[in-house]
Amino acid sequence: MKGFQVKRLDKNDVSVLYPAGFLDAHTVPQFESALSELVENGRYKIVVNFKDLDYISSAGLGVFMGFIEEVRNNGGDIKLCNLSDRVYKVFDLLGFPALFEIYNQEAEALEKF
Amino acid sequence: MRKNKKNKKQRFKLQIAASTDNLQTIRDFIQRLAGEAHFDSEQIDQIALAVDEACTNAIKHAYQYDASKKIDIEIWLDSDKMEIVVTDYGPGFDPEKLPEPDINHSMKNAKVGGLGIHLMKKVMDEVRFEIRPGQKNAVHLIKFKKPEKEQ
Repeated sequence: MKGFQVKRLDKNDVSVLYPAGFLDAHTVPQFESALSELVENGRYKIVVNFKDLDYISSAGLGVFMGFIEEVRNNGGDIKLCNLSDRVYKVFDLLGFPALFEIYNQEAEALEKF
Repeated sequence: MRKNKKNKKQRFKLQIAASTDNLQTIRDFIQRLAGEAHFDSEQIDQIALAVDEACTNAIKHAYQYDASKKIDIEIWLDSDKMEIVVTDYGPGFDPEKLPEPDINHSMKNAKVGGLGIHLMKKVMDEVRFEIRPGQKNAVHLIKFKKPEKEQ
């Protein structure tokens, strides 16, 4: 059974998170702590690359809502990229494309900072 | 062969400890049944998501993560639809009083439980709550198959 992992790569002043596997209420604390660590270290320019994410439920979406205000208030942003169709559909159902910048490729998201 | 089975109703039941650790198992079980019942892949994803959301709400809100409690998942399959009933035995709530999530105006304060119910309603054809305080709370999730020609 495939679980969940999240990796981080810093590209100059932008941090890129790579969540992989299944992001649900069980695995969401791992993703939350990866974002917390960035915010605690004052790294507010964040890209989340979903290329290896197979599944997301509202628990995963809730994490973005929990962090985005603090990140933007500090001059940063959370930009999203490489969403598969099935992951994008869940974001779309809850109106996230109006609230978050979503890009096809990571390079585009990085350029926008 | 299919015609003979047309009106046959199949019932499956799963009782599971109320732990988020079991969400993957629950989704796998639901996806397998929906696949065998010939729902298309988008519908299978939608059904598994709705059941995940219903179970997550039971684990978090009805049981406050007490994994000694149980969730019953009952599935009824017939030729044109799948109905999943997720039941917990915690204190009930009034689904009518849940505000629609307004992520545009209050992203930080939006209740994730509210988001889950909102998602269930978006991805299923029917969502019905059966709340009996002190006895049980059941969420009925219904998905109709697409007509054959659309598949």
